[in-house]
Amino acid sequence: MTEWIISILLLIGGTFVLVGSIGLVKMPDFFMRLHGPTKATTLGMAALLTAAMIFFSTTQAGVSVKEILISLFLLLTAPISAYMMIKSAIHHKLDSIEKTQGKDNVEDEA
Amino acid sequence: MRLETRFKWLPAPILSLLLFFVWLLLNNSVSLGHIVLAVILAIVIPLATSPFSTKQPLVIKPVLALRHILLVLYDIITANVQVAILILGPTKKLTPGFIKVPLDLTHSMPITILASTVSLTPGTVSAEVYPCSERFTEGESCEQRFLLIHVLDLKDEQALINTIKQRYETPLKEIFQC
Repeated sequence: MTEWIISILLLIGGTFVLVGSIGLVKMPDFFMRLHGPTKATTLGMAALLTAAMIFFSTTQAGVSVKEILISLFLLLTAPISAYMMIKSAIHHKLDSIEKTQGKDNVEDEA
Repeated sequence: MRLETRFKWLPAPILSLLLFFVWLLLNNSVSLGHIVLAVILAIVIPLATSPFSTKQPLVIKPVLALRHILLVLYDIITANVQVAILILGPTKKLTPGFIKVPLDLTHSMPITILASTVSLTPGTVSAEVYPCSERFTEGESCEQRFLLIHVLDLKDEQALINTIKQRYETPLKEIFQC
């Protein structure tokens, strides 16, 4: 039974990480490419880490909860890194695709 | 907004709680020795470091904060599914856009939390806060600030702004009372 749960969690996690990477390749400009890795991967990593948690808790003595820490740090760092990247992209005036709305909202004072 | 705690020996309650749990999680044990050590660390480290750090607003409504965290976690899960569908669907149909959300929050810490939750929730990545936060000094009444957000698939700008303000900003304002 636990093997089934672990396998399903691993599959879900793998699928989300894969979708995030597909987004990285498929999207036409930098700003849209950023969406895949920041979001699709958080749930993927969470599923993978839950699988690891269940696996080590059932096969080894004692409960393994270190994985919660990893997910916590991932949740903290993902938005920050996305913010840093999009900020530098705006600063470098990277092209966004033509149909992007509200380009006037971007003001780069530098 | 309150900056000082009621107890002098506990300058940053959230930091103390975090240190306590991180220590126990890192050691992967709940034995009495580790709990005592965690309590000592959770009290000594914030006391030793608080003179160096700027005062941050305190969480005034912890229950509401917990509810907000659960709501955001739920939203992260739906956001992942939504973005996955958007990515796998036809790229040509996507209409990306930049929008500006006027902020009612004034302190930089709640704004940081808001920007991070926006980045983790459906189809939006926060990009910038206008005007620059460095210009804001304590005590001075600050001008209207905006959060610049990049949206992956922009359909109704006003509706999205309203959702962000009601769903994420209003609870934060209540939690920090500012």
